[in-house]
Amino acid sequence: MHREAKLGLILLLTPFLLWLSLLIIIPHIDLLLVSLRERVGVGEYKISLGNYLTFFTEPLYMMTFLRTAVMSIFATLLTLLIGFPVAYYIAKMAKGRTQSALFLLCLVPFWVSELVRTFGWMILLRETGIISNLLQSLGLAQGPVEMLYNDAAIMVGLVYTSMLFMVVPLVTTLESLPDEVVEAGYDLGGSGLSVLREIVIPHAMPGIVSGSIVVFMLCLGNYLTPTMLGGKESLWFTELIYSQFIVRFNWELGAAFGFLLLILSSVIVWGMLRLTGQSLEKTMG
Amino acid sequence: MIPSIPQSRLVTTAYTAYVTLFFIFLALPLIVVAAFAFNDSQFPSLPWEGFTWNWFFGSERPMIGAFHERSILRAIGTSVFVAFCVSALSMVVGLSNAFLFNRYKFRGQSILYVFMLLPLVIPGIVLGISILVASSRMANGLWDGFQWDVEALRPGLWLVVLGQFSFITTIATLVIGARLQKFDKTLEEAALNLGAGRLTAIRTVTLPYLAPAMIGAFVVSFLMSFENFNTTLMLVGSDAPLTIAMFDRLKEGSTPLLNAVSLLLMLGSSLLALVMIAFQKKG
Repeated sequence: MHREAKLGLILLLTPFLLWLSLLIIIPHIDLLLVSLRERVGVGEYKISLGNYLTFFTEPLYMMTFLRTAVMSIFATLLTLLIGFPVAYYIAKMAKGRTQSALFLLCLVPFWVSELVRTFGWMILLRETGIISNLLQSLGLAQGPVEMLYNDAAIMVGLVYTSMLFMVVPLVTTLESLPDEVVEAGYDLGGSGLSVLREIVIPHAMPGIVSGSIVVFMLCLGNYLTPTMLGGKESLWFTELIYSQFIVRFNWELGAAFGFLLLILSSVIVWGMLRLTGQSLEKTMG
Repeated sequence: MIPSIPQSRLVTTAYTAYVTLFFIFLALPLIVVAAFAFNDSQFPSLPWEGFTWNWFFGSERPMIGAFHERSILRAIGTSVFVAFCVSALSMVVGLSNAFLFNRYKFRGQSILYVFMLLPLVIPGIVLGISILVASSRMANGLWDGFQWDVEALRPGLWLVVLGQFSFITTIATLVIGARLQKFDKTLEEAALNLGAGRLTAIRTVTLPYLAPAMIGAFVVSFLMSFENFNTTLMLVGSDAPLTIAMFDRLKEGSTPLLNAVSLLLMLGSSLLALVMIAFQKKG
Protein backbone atom coordinates (compact mmCIF):
# COMPACT_ATOMS: atom_id res chain seq x y z
CA MET A 1 0.00 0.00 0.00
CA HIS A 2 2.74 2.39 0.98
CA ARG A 3 4.74 1.65 -2.12
CA GLU A 4 1.69 2.03 -4.27
CA ALA A 5 0.98 5.46 -2.80
CA LYS A 6 4.52 6.54 -3.50
CA LEU A 7 4.26 5.38 -7.08
CA GLY A 8 1.01 7.31 -7.47
CA LEU A 9 2.62 10.43 -6.09
CA ILE A 10 5.49 10.18 -8.55
CA LEU A 11 3.10 9.56 -11.45
CA LEU A 12 1.10 12.66 -10.56
CA LEU A 13 4.10 14.82 -9.81
CA THR A 14 5.73 14.14 -13.18
CA PRO A 15 3.29 15.97 -15.45
CA PHE A 16 2.98 18.79 -12.94
CA LEU A 17 6.73 19.33 -12.64
CA LEU A 18 7.24 19.02 -16.39
CA TRP A 19 4.58 21.62 -17.03
CA LEU A 20 5.86 23.94 -14.31
CA SER A 21 9.52 23.74 -15.23
CA LEU A 22 9.31 23.62 -19.03
CA LEU A 23 6.57 26.16 -19.54
CA ILE A 24 6.83 28.52 -16.59
CA ILE A 25 10.15 28.45 -14.78
CA ILE A 26 12.75 27.79 -17.48
CA PRO A 27 11.19 30.27 -19.94
CA HIS A 28 11.29 32.99 -17.31
CA ILE A 29 14.91 32.25 -16.45
CA ASP A 30 15.68 32.42 -20.17
CA LEU A 31 13.84 35.71 -20.37
CA LEU A 32 15.89 37.08 -17.50
CA LEU A 33 19.15 35.92 -19.10
CA VAL A 34 18.28 37.48 -22.44
CA SER A 35 17.39 40.75 -20.73
CA LEU A 36 20.81 40.78 -19.06
CA ARG A 37 22.88 40.51 -22.21
CA GLU A 38 24.03 43.09 -24.65
CA ARG A 39 24.94 42.64 -28.27
CA VAL A 40 28.52 43.63 -28.94
CA GLY A 41 28.97 42.12 -32.38
CA VAL A 42 27.39 39.64 -34.77
CA GLY A 43 26.40 36.72 -32.57
CA GLU A 44 28.54 38.03 -29.71
CA TYR A 45 26.99 39.03 -26.42
CA LYS A 46 28.21 40.19 -23.05
CA ILE A 47 26.45 40.35 -19.73
CA SER A 48 25.36 43.85 -18.80
CA LEU A 49 22.61 45.88 -17.29
CA GLY A 50 22.55 48.02 -20.43
CA ASN A 51 18.96 47.19 -21.35
CA TYR A 52 17.67 48.21 -17.96
CA LEU A 53 19.80 51.36 -18.11
CA THR A 54 18.23 52.22 -21.46
CA PHE A 55 14.84 51.92 -19.83
CA PHE A 56 15.71 54.28 -17.00
CA THR A 57 17.41 56.87 -19.20
CA GLU A 58 14.84 57.04 -21.97
CA PRO A 59 11.94 59.22 -20.78
CA LEU A 60 9.45 57.71 -23.24
CA TYR A 61 9.91 54.22 -21.78
CA MET A 62 9.75 55.45 -18.19
CA MET A 63 6.69 57.58 -18.82
CA THR A 64 4.85 54.78 -20.60
CA PHE A 65 5.64 52.41 -17.75
CA LEU A 66 4.34 54.80 -15.10
CA ARG A 67 1.31 55.76 -17.13
CA THR A 68 0.39 52.11 -17.64
CA ALA A 69 0.74 51.43 -13.92
CA VAL A 70 -1.26 54.48 -12.81
CA MET A 71 -4.02 53.96 -15.36
CA SER A 72 -4.30 50.28 -14.44
CA ILE A 73 -4.68 51.15 -10.76
CA PHE A 74 -7.25 53.77 -11.65
CA ALA A 75 -9.15 51.32 -13.85
CA THR A 76 -9.14 48.77 -11.01
CA LEU A 77 -10.56 51.29 -8.54
CA LEU A 78 -13.18 52.37 -11.04
CA THR A 79 -14.18 48.77 -11.70
CA LEU A 80 -14.50 48.16 -7.97
CA LEU A 81 -16.58 51.30 -7.42
CA ILE A 82 -18.92 50.54 -10.30
CA GLY A 83 -19.09 46.81 -9.66
CA PHE A 84 -19.56 46.76 -5.90
CA PRO A 85 -23.12 48.12 -5.77
CA VAL A 86 -24.11 45.76 -8.57
CA ALA A 87 -22.53 42.77 -6.83
CA TYR A 88 -24.27 43.76 -3.61
CA TYR A 89 -27.57 44.03 -5.44
CA ILE A 90 -27.16 40.58 -6.96
CA ALA A 91 -26.03 38.97 -3.72
CA LYS A 92 -28.33 40.62 -1.19
CA MET A 93 -31.24 42.44 -2.86
CA ALA A 94 -32.23 40.11 -5.69
CA LYS A 95 -33.77 36.77 -4.78
CA GLY A 96 -34.30 33.42 -6.40
CA ARG A 97 -34.72 33.41 -10.17
CA THR A 98 -33.84 37.09 -10.65
CA GLN A 99 -30.66 36.55 -8.72
CA SER A 100 -29.35 33.75 -10.89
CA ALA A 101 -30.52 35.49 -14.05
CA LEU A 102 -28.66 38.68 -13.15
CA PHE A 103 -25.58 36.72 -12.22
CA LEU A 104 -25.66 34.90 -15.53
CA LEU A 105 -26.10 38.20 -17.39
CA CYS A 106 -22.89 39.44 -15.80
CA LEU A 107 -21.08 36.46 -17.25
CA VAL A 108 -22.33 36.89 -20.79
CA PRO A 109 -19.72 39.39 -22.04
CA PHE A 110 -17.03 37.02 -20.83
CA TRP A 111 -18.17 34.34 -23.22
CA VAL A 112 -17.38 36.66 -26.10
CA SER A 113 -13.87 37.41 -27.26
CA GLU A 114 -12.27 40.60 -26.00
CA LEU A 115 -11.80 41.59 -29.61
CA VAL A 116 -15.56 41.59 -30.16
CA ARG A 117 -16.15 43.67 -27.03
CA THR A 118 -13.54 46.21 -28.10
CA PHE A 119 -15.00 46.27 -31.58
CA GLY A 120 -18.39 47.06 -30.03
CA TRP A 121 -16.97 50.06 -28.23
CA MET A 122 -15.32 51.25 -31.44
CA ILE A 123 -18.67 51.19 -33.21
CA LEU A 124 -20.25 53.09 -30.32
CA LEU A 125 -17.60 55.71 -29.74
CA ARG A 126 -16.14 56.59 -33.10
CA GLU A 127 -16.82 59.75 -35.07
CA THR A 128 -19.43 58.07 -37.24
CA GLY A 129 -20.56 55.95 -34.32
CA ILE A 130 -23.83 55.51 -32.49
CA ILE A 131 -23.23 57.90 -29.60
CA SER A 132 -21.97 60.66 -31.86
CA ASN A 133 -25.05 60.29 -34.07
CA LEU A 134 -27.31 60.19 -31.05
CA LEU A 135 -25.85 63.42 -29.65
CA GLN A 136 -26.28 65.10 -33.00
CA SER A 137 -29.88 64.06 -33.44
CA LEU A 138 -30.64 65.22 -29.90
CA GLY A 139 -29.15 68.58 -30.80
CA LEU A 140 -26.47 68.30 -28.11
CA ALA A 141 -23.64 68.41 -30.63
CA GLN A 142 -23.26 70.36 -33.85
CA GLY A 143 -20.97 68.08 -35.79
CA PRO A 144 -19.62 64.56 -35.42
CA VAL A 145 -17.94 63.94 -32.06
CA GLU A 146 -14.85 61.77 -31.90
CA MET A 147 -14.78 59.89 -28.60
CA LEU A 148 -12.34 57.22 -29.65
CA TYR A 149 -8.55 57.35 -29.48
CA ASN A 150 -8.08 58.92 -26.06
CA ASP A 151 -7.46 57.82 -22.49
CA ALA A 152 -11.11 57.97 -21.51
CA ALA A 153 -11.94 55.46 -24.25
CA ILE A 154 -9.19 53.16 -22.97
CA MET A 155 -10.66 53.47 -19.47
CA VAL A 156 -14.14 52.54 -20.67
CA GLY A 157 -12.74 49.56 -22.52
CA LEU A 158 -10.65 48.36 -19.58
CA VAL A 159 -13.46 48.69 -17.05
CA TYR A 160 -15.85 46.91 -19.37
CA THR A 161 -13.48 44.05 -20.09
CA SER A 162 -12.58 43.57 -16.43
CA MET A 163 -16.02 43.94 -14.86
CA LEU A 164 -16.80 40.23 -14.66
CA PHE A 165 -13.59 39.44 -12.79
CA MET A 166 -14.58 41.93 -10.12
CA VAL A 167 -18.29 41.16 -9.86
CA VAL A 168 -18.02 37.37 -9.58
CA PRO A 169 -15.70 37.21 -6.54
CA LEU A 170 -17.64 40.06 -4.91
CA VAL A 171 -20.97 38.28 -5.34
CA THR A 172 -19.48 35.07 -3.97
CA THR A 173 -18.17 36.68 -0.79
CA LEU A 174 -21.20 38.92 -0.27
CA GLU A 175 -23.57 35.97 -0.59
CA SER A 176 -21.89 34.35 2.39
CA LEU A 177 -22.73 37.36 4.58
CA PRO A 178 -25.85 36.42 6.58
CA ASP A 179 -28.72 38.91 6.42
CA GLU A 180 -29.02 38.70 10.21
CA VAL A 181 -25.59 40.25 10.66
CA VAL A 182 -26.60 43.23 8.56
CA GLU A 183 -29.87 43.50 10.49
CA ALA A 184 -28.00 43.36 13.77
CA GLY A 185 -25.85 46.23 12.59
CA TYR A 186 -28.95 48.33 12.00
CA ASP A 187 -30.52 47.20 15.30
CA LEU A 188 -27.47 48.37 17.15
CA GLY A 189 -28.07 51.82 15.76
CA GLY A 190 -25.80 51.76 12.75
CA SER A 191 -26.63 53.89 9.75
CA GLY A 192 -26.44 52.59 6.19
CA LEU A 193 -22.97 54.01 5.83
CA SER A 194 -21.55 52.65 9.07
CA VAL A 195 -23.01 49.19 8.42
CA LEU A 196 -21.35 49.27 5.01
CA ARG A 197 -18.04 50.36 6.48
CA GLU A 198 -17.97 48.17 9.58
CA ILE A 199 -19.74 45.02 8.41
CA VAL A 200 -20.18 44.66 4.67
CA ILE A 201 -16.78 45.82 3.44
CA PRO A 202 -14.70 43.89 5.99
CA HIS A 203 -16.68 40.77 5.17
CA ALA A 204 -16.21 41.30 1.43
CA MET A 205 -12.48 41.94 1.75
CA PRO A 206 -11.27 38.60 0.31
CA GLY A 207 -13.50 39.16 -2.70
CA ILE A 208 -12.34 42.76 -3.08
CA VAL A 209 -8.70 41.69 -2.96
CA SER A 210 -8.95 38.80 -5.39
CA GLY A 211 -11.12 40.82 -7.76
CA SER A 212 -8.72 43.75 -7.66
CA ILE A 213 -5.68 41.56 -8.25
CA VAL A 214 -7.16 39.88 -11.28
CA VAL A 215 -8.52 43.14 -12.73
CA PHE A 216 -5.23 44.93 -12.18
CA MET A 217 -3.30 42.12 -13.87
CA LEU A 218 -5.67 42.12 -16.81
CA CYS A 219 -5.38 45.89 -17.26
CA LEU A 220 -1.62 45.95 -16.94
CA GLY A 221 -1.14 43.15 -19.41
CA ASN A 222 -3.81 44.28 -21.84
CA TYR A 223 -2.72 44.93 -25.38
CA LEU A 224 -5.89 44.93 -27.42
CA THR A 225 -7.89 47.64 -25.66
CA PRO A 226 -5.17 50.33 -25.55
CA THR A 227 -4.17 49.58 -29.13
CA MET A 228 -7.65 49.73 -30.57
CA LEU A 229 -9.26 52.41 -28.40
CA GLY A 230 -6.27 54.56 -27.53
CA GLY A 231 -4.78 57.27 -29.67
CA LYS A 232 -1.25 57.87 -30.89
CA GLU A 233 -0.23 59.45 -27.59
CA SER A 234 -1.75 56.89 -25.30
CA LEU A 235 0.93 54.24 -25.50
CA TRP A 236 0.61 51.17 -23.29
CA PHE A 237 3.66 49.35 -21.96
CA THR A 238 2.69 46.07 -23.64
CA GLU A 239 2.80 47.90 -26.98
CA LEU A 240 6.46 48.71 -26.31
CA ILE A 241 7.19 45.05 -25.58
CA TYR A 242 5.44 44.01 -28.74
CA SER A 243 7.27 46.51 -30.90
CA GLN A 244 10.68 45.58 -29.49
CA PHE A 245 10.04 41.90 -30.01
CA ILE A 246 8.16 41.71 -33.27
CA VAL A 247 8.82 44.98 -35.11
CA ARG A 248 12.39 45.91 -34.18
CA PHE A 249 13.56 42.42 -33.32
CA ASN A 250 15.45 43.80 -30.32
CA TRP A 251 14.74 40.85 -28.02
CA GLU A 252 17.21 41.97 -25.37
CA LEU A 253 15.42 45.26 -24.70
CA GLY A 254 12.02 43.63 -25.12
CA ALA A 255 12.92 40.97 -22.56
CA ALA A 256 14.02 43.66 -20.12
CA PHE A 257 10.66 45.41 -20.61
CA GLY A 258 8.85 42.13 -20.08
CA PHE A 259 10.71 41.54 -16.87
CA LEU A 260 9.98 45.04 -15.62
CA LEU A 261 6.29 44.46 -16.29
CA LEU A 262 6.47 41.20 -14.37
CA ILE A 263 8.24 42.88 -11.45
CA LEU A 264 5.73 45.72 -11.37
CA SER A 265 2.77 43.36 -11.34
CA SER A 266 4.31 41.09 -8.70
CA VAL A 267 5.17 44.03 -6.44
CA ILE A 268 1.69 45.49 -6.64
CA VAL A 269 -0.03 42.12 -6.16
CA TRP A 270 2.26 41.30 -3.23
CA GLY A 271 1.68 44.74 -1.71
CA MET A 272 -2.06 44.37 -2.04
CA LEU A 273 -1.95 40.95 -0.35
CA ARG A 274 0.26 42.26 2.47
CA LEU A 275 -1.83 45.37 3.05
CA THR A 276 -4.98 43.36 3.47
CA GLY A 277 -3.42 40.35 5.21
CA GLN A 278 -4.52 37.88 2.51
CA SER A 279 -2.55 35.16 0.79
CA LEU A 280 -2.42 34.06 -2.82
CA GLU A 281 -3.71 30.58 -2.01
CA LYS A 282 -6.73 31.97 -0.24
CA THR A 283 -7.66 34.61 -2.80
CA MET A 284 -7.01 32.62 -5.97
CA GLY A 285 -7.40 28.98 -5.04
CA MET B 1 -29.34 47.79 2.97
CA ILE B 2 -31.21 44.50 2.57
CA PRO B 3 -34.87 43.94 1.67
CA SER B 4 -35.85 43.36 5.31
CA ILE B 5 -34.63 46.84 6.29
CA PRO B 6 -37.14 49.52 5.29
CA GLN B 7 -35.66 52.10 2.93
CA SER B 8 -37.10 55.22 1.40
CA ARG B 9 -38.71 54.72 -2.00
CA LEU B 10 -36.26 57.15 -3.55
CA VAL B 11 -33.18 55.21 -2.51
CA THR B 12 -34.57 51.89 -3.71
CA THR B 13 -35.62 53.34 -7.06
CA ALA B 14 -32.25 55.02 -7.57
CA TYR B 15 -30.49 51.77 -6.74
CA THR B 16 -32.58 49.76 -9.16
CA ALA B 17 -32.04 52.39 -11.83
CA TYR B 18 -28.30 52.17 -11.31
CA VAL B 19 -28.28 48.40 -11.67
CA THR B 20 -30.41 48.68 -14.80
CA LEU B 21 -28.01 51.21 -16.27
CA PHE B 22 -25.14 48.87 -15.48
CA PHE B 23 -26.71 46.03 -17.43
CA ILE B 24 -27.39 48.34 -20.36
CA PHE B 25 -23.71 49.24 -20.26
CA LEU B 26 -22.83 45.54 -20.33
CA ALA B 27 -25.14 44.67 -23.17
CA LEU B 28 -24.73 47.72 -25.40
CA PRO B 29 -21.46 46.88 -27.23
CA LEU B 30 -22.60 43.33 -27.90
CA ILE B 31 -26.00 44.42 -29.20
CA VAL B 32 -24.41 46.99 -31.46
CA VAL B 33 -21.93 44.49 -32.89
CA ALA B 34 -24.72 42.01 -33.55
CA ALA B 35 -27.09 44.57 -35.08
CA PHE B 36 -24.63 45.93 -37.63
CA ALA B 37 -23.94 42.47 -39.00
CA PHE B 38 -27.21 42.98 -40.87
CA ASN B 39 -26.51 46.46 -42.21
CA ASP B 40 -26.56 46.65 -45.99
CA SER B 41 -23.50 48.90 -46.14
CA GLN B 42 -19.75 48.71 -46.42
CA PHE B 43 -19.21 50.11 -42.94
CA PRO B 44 -20.48 48.94 -39.56
CA SER B 45 -21.85 52.39 -38.73
CA LEU B 46 -24.89 54.57 -39.21
CA PRO B 47 -26.77 55.36 -41.38
CA TRP B 48 -28.78 52.16 -41.48
CA GLU B 49 -28.98 51.10 -45.13
CA GLY B 50 -31.45 48.30 -44.73
CA PHE B 51 -31.44 44.68 -43.68
CA THR B 52 -29.32 42.05 -45.39
CA TRP B 53 -28.07 38.51 -44.87
CA ASN B 54 -25.20 39.16 -47.29
CA TRP B 55 -22.54 39.48 -44.62
CA PHE B 56 -23.21 35.87 -43.76
CA PHE B 57 -24.12 34.23 -47.05
CA GLY B 58 -23.06 36.72 -49.75
CA SER B 59 -20.67 35.27 -52.29
CA GLU B 60 -19.90 38.22 -54.57
CA ARG B 61 -17.74 41.26 -54.11
CA PRO B 62 -18.00 43.67 -52.41
CA MET B 63 -20.13 41.68 -49.97
CA ILE B 64 -18.46 38.36 -49.32
CA GLY B 65 -20.19 36.77 -46.37
CA ALA B 66 -18.57 35.00 -43.47
CA PHE B 67 -19.41 31.57 -44.86
CA HIS B 68 -17.64 32.29 -48.13
CA GLU B 69 -14.57 34.12 -46.90
CA ARG B 70 -11.75 31.58 -47.11
CA SER B 71 -9.30 33.28 -44.80
CA ILE B 72 -11.89 33.62 -42.03
CA LEU B 73 -12.99 30.01 -42.36
CA ARG B 74 -9.39 28.85 -42.24
CA ALA B 75 -8.74 30.99 -39.17
CA ILE B 76 -11.78 29.44 -37.45
CA GLY B 77 -10.41 26.00 -38.28
CA THR B 78 -7.03 26.95 -36.82
CA SER B 79 -8.63 28.26 -33.65
CA VAL B 80 -10.73 25.13 -33.19
CA PHE B 81 -7.67 22.94 -33.67
CA VAL B 82 -5.60 24.93 -31.15
CA ALA B 83 -8.48 25.06 -28.67
CA PHE B 84 -9.00 21.29 -28.88
CA CYS B 85 -5.34 20.54 -28.24
CA VAL B 86 -5.14 23.05 -25.39
CA SER B 87 -8.32 21.89 -23.65
CA ALA B 88 -7.45 18.21 -23.95
CA LEU B 89 -3.98 18.78 -22.54
CA SER B 90 -5.20 21.11 -19.81
CA MET B 91 -7.98 18.78 -18.76
CA VAL B 92 -5.65 15.82 -18.38
CA VAL B 93 -2.92 17.71 -16.55
CA GLY B 94 -5.55 19.59 -14.54
CA LEU B 95 -7.07 16.31 -13.41
CA SER B 96 -3.69 14.95 -12.42
CA ASN B 97 -2.84 18.19 -10.57
CA ALA B 98 -6.18 18.13 -8.75
CA PHE B 99 -5.43 14.63 -7.41
CA LEU B 100 -1.88 15.67 -6.57
CA PHE B 101 -2.95 18.57 -4.38
CA ASN B 102 -6.07 17.01 -2.87
CA ARG B 103 -5.05 13.44 -2.16
CA TYR B 104 -1.41 13.64 -1.21
CA LYS B 105 0.54 15.31 1.52
CA PHE B 106 4.19 15.80 0.75
CA ARG B 107 6.96 18.16 1.64
CA GLY B 108 6.95 21.43 -0.27
CA GLN B 109 3.32 20.93 -1.29
CA SER B 110 2.13 24.37 -0.28
CA ILE B 111 4.98 26.06 -2.14
CA LEU B 112 4.25 24.01 -5.24
CA TYR B 113 0.60 25.01 -4.93
CA VAL B 114 1.60 28.67 -5.02
CA PHE B 115 3.76 27.91 -8.07
CA MET B 116 0.77 26.23 -9.66
CA LEU B 117 -1.22 29.46 -9.19
CA LEU B 118 1.53 31.71 -10.54
CA PRO B 119 0.43 31.72 -14.19
CA LEU B 120 -2.68 33.61 -13.04
CA VAL B 121 -0.57 36.59 -11.98
CA ILE B 122 1.84 36.61 -14.92
CA PRO B 123 0.71 38.96 -17.69
CA GLY B 124 -0.18 36.94 -20.80
CA ILE B 125 2.20 38.87 -22.99
CA VAL B 126 5.11 38.08 -20.64
CA LEU B 127 4.22 34.38 -20.72
CA GLY B 128 4.21 34.66 -24.50
CA ILE B 129 7.62 36.27 -24.86
CA SER B 130 9.24 34.01 -22.26
CA ILE B 131 8.09 30.90 -24.12
CA LEU B 132 9.18 32.50 -27.39
CA VAL B 133 12.65 33.18 -26.02
CA ALA B 134 13.04 29.73 -24.44
CA SER B 135 11.82 27.80 -27.46
CA SER B 136 13.96 29.70 -29.92
CA ARG B 137 17.00 29.17 -27.74
CA MET B 138 16.22 25.48 -27.69
CA ALA B 139 15.67 25.42 -31.45
CA ASN B 140 18.95 27.23 -32.05
CA GLY B 141 20.73 24.87 -29.69
CA LEU B 142 19.38 21.83 -31.52
CA TRP B 143 20.41 23.32 -34.84
CA ASP B 144 23.91 24.26 -33.70
CA GLY B 145 24.48 20.97 -31.95
CA PHE B 146 22.85 18.41 -34.21
CA GLN B 147 21.73 20.31 -37.31
CA TRP B 148 18.16 19.44 -36.34
CA ASP B 149 15.59 21.93 -37.49
CA VAL B 150 12.64 21.50 -35.15
CA GLU B 151 9.78 23.34 -36.80
CA ALA B 152 7.55 22.99 -33.72
CA LEU B 153 9.83 25.25 -31.71
CA ARG B 154 9.53 28.15 -34.15
CA PRO B 155 6.60 30.59 -33.88
CA GLY B 156 3.55 28.75 -35.10
CA LEU B 157 0.63 26.64 -34.02
CA TRP B 158 2.51 24.32 -31.68
CA LEU B 159 4.00 27.21 -29.78
CA VAL B 160 0.57 28.82 -29.54
CA VAL B 161 -0.74 25.56 -28.08
CA LEU B 162 2.10 25.43 -25.56
CA GLY B 163 1.70 29.09 -24.62
CA GLN B 164 -2.02 28.77 -23.96
CA PHE B 165 -1.62 25.43 -22.24
CA SER B 166 0.85 27.05 -19.83
CA PHE B 167 -1.79 29.15 -18.06
CA ILE B 168 -5.06 27.40 -18.93
CA THR B 169 -3.83 24.34 -17.00
CA THR B 170 -4.04 26.36 -13.80
CA ILE B 171 -7.67 27.16 -14.45
CA ALA B 172 -8.51 23.55 -15.31
CA THR B 173 -6.79 22.47 -12.09
CA LEU B 174 -8.85 24.91 -10.02
CA VAL B 175 -12.13 23.86 -11.64
CA ILE B 176 -11.53 20.13 -11.17
CA GLY B 177 -9.89 20.56 -7.75
CA ALA B 178 -12.92 22.45 -6.43
CA ARG B 179 -15.17 19.47 -7.15
CA LEU B 180 -12.70 16.87 -5.96
CA GLN B 181 -12.54 18.68 -2.63
CA LYS B 182 -16.28 18.22 -2.17
CA PHE B 183 -16.06 14.51 -2.93
CA ASP B 184 -17.06 12.23 -0.09
CA LYS B 185 -14.05 9.95 0.34
CA THR B 186 -16.05 7.25 2.12
CA LEU B 187 -17.65 6.38 -1.23
CA GLU B 188 -14.26 5.42 -2.56
CA GLU B 189 -13.51 3.50 0.63
CA ALA B 190 -16.77 1.61 0.23
CA ALA B 191 -15.67 0.53 -3.22
CA LEU B 192 -12.35 -0.62 -1.78
CA ASN B 193 -14.18 -2.57 0.93
CA LEU B 194 -16.26 -4.27 -1.70
CA GLY B 195 -13.09 -5.59 -3.21
CA ALA B 196 -12.28 -3.07 -5.92
CA GLY B 197 -8.67 -2.19 -6.58
CA ARG B 198 -7.52 1.36 -6.08
CA LEU B 199 -7.59 2.22 -9.78
CA THR B 200 -10.95 0.52 -10.30
CA ALA B 201 -12.39 2.52 -7.42
CA ILE B 202 -11.16 5.77 -8.91
CA ARG B 203 -12.33 4.85 -12.38
CA THR B 204 -15.80 3.69 -11.37
CA VAL B 205 -16.57 6.01 -8.46
CA THR B 206 -14.41 9.12 -8.40
CA LEU B 207 -14.09 9.88 -12.10
CA PRO B 208 -17.85 9.70 -12.81
CA TYR B 209 -18.34 12.07 -9.91
CA LEU B 210 -15.75 14.43 -11.41
CA ALA B 211 -17.17 14.21 -14.95
CA PRO B 212 -19.19 17.46 -14.80
CA ALA B 213 -16.14 19.35 -13.56
CA MET B 214 -13.97 17.79 -16.24
CA ILE B 215 -16.43 18.78 -18.93
CA GLY B 216 -16.62 22.22 -17.35
CA ALA B 217 -12.85 22.49 -17.37
CA PHE B 218 -12.76 21.41 -21.00
CA VAL B 219 -15.36 23.96 -22.08
CA VAL B 220 -13.81 26.82 -20.09
CA SER B 221 -10.38 25.94 -21.49
CA PHE B 222 -11.79 25.78 -24.98
CA LEU B 223 -13.33 29.22 -24.69
CA MET B 224 -10.28 30.74 -23.06
CA SER B 225 -8.08 29.34 -25.77
CA PHE B 226 -10.43 30.47 -28.51
CA GLU B 227 -10.51 33.99 -27.10
CA ASN B 228 -6.91 34.27 -26.09
CA PHE B 229 -5.13 37.18 -27.63
CA ASN B 230 -2.06 38.32 -25.70
CA THR B 231 -0.10 35.08 -25.45
CA THR B 232 -1.10 34.02 -28.94
CA LEU B 233 -0.02 37.34 -30.44
CA MET B 234 3.59 36.75 -29.41
CA LEU B 235 3.78 33.14 -30.58
CA VAL B 236 1.79 33.13 -33.78
CA GLY B 237 3.38 32.15 -37.08
CA SER B 238 1.83 32.25 -40.51
CA ASP B 239 -1.37 30.38 -39.57
CA ALA B 240 -3.30 32.95 -37.57
CA PRO B 241 -6.10 31.85 -35.23
CA LEU B 242 -9.36 33.74 -35.49
CA THR B 243 -8.71 36.48 -32.92
CA ILE B 244 -5.42 37.41 -34.56
CA ALA B 245 -6.90 37.28 -38.06
CA MET B 246 -9.78 39.54 -36.98
CA PHE B 247 -7.38 41.90 -35.25
CA ASP B 248 -5.33 42.28 -38.44
CA ARG B 249 -8.48 43.05 -40.40
CA LEU B 250 -9.77 45.46 -37.81
CA LYS B 251 -6.54 47.44 -38.04
CA GLU B 252 -7.06 47.86 -41.76
CA GLY B 253 -10.61 49.10 -41.28
CA SER B 254 -13.73 47.20 -40.51
CA THR B 255 -16.58 45.93 -42.64
CA PRO B 256 -19.77 44.34 -41.35
CA LEU B 257 -18.14 41.01 -42.17
CA LEU B 258 -16.40 41.30 -38.83
CA ASN B 259 -19.76 41.90 -37.18
CA ALA B 260 -21.12 38.78 -38.80
CA VAL B 261 -18.16 36.72 -37.58
CA SER B 262 -18.53 38.24 -34.11
CA LEU B 263 -22.20 37.35 -34.01
CA LEU B 264 -21.37 33.78 -34.98
CA LEU B 265 -18.79 33.72 -32.19
CA MET B 266 -21.37 34.95 -29.67
CA LEU B 267 -23.82 32.28 -30.77
CA GLY B 268 -21.15 29.61 -30.66
CA SER B 269 -19.97 30.42 -27.18
CA SER B 270 -23.49 30.82 -25.78
CA LEU B 271 -24.24 27.38 -27.14
CA LEU B 272 -21.17 25.96 -25.44
CA ALA B 273 -22.10 27.73 -22.21
CA LEU B 274 -25.61 26.25 -22.35
CA VAL B 275 -24.20 22.77 -22.92
CA MET B 276 -21.96 23.21 -19.92
CA ILE B 277 -24.79 24.45 -17.69
CA ALA B 278 -26.92 21.48 -18.75
CA PHE B 279 -24.13 19.08 -17.80
CA GLN B 280 -23.55 20.86 -14.50
CA LYS B 281 -27.21 20.50 -13.60
CA LYS B 282 -27.14 16.80 -14.31
CA GLY B 283 -24.02 16.26 -12.21
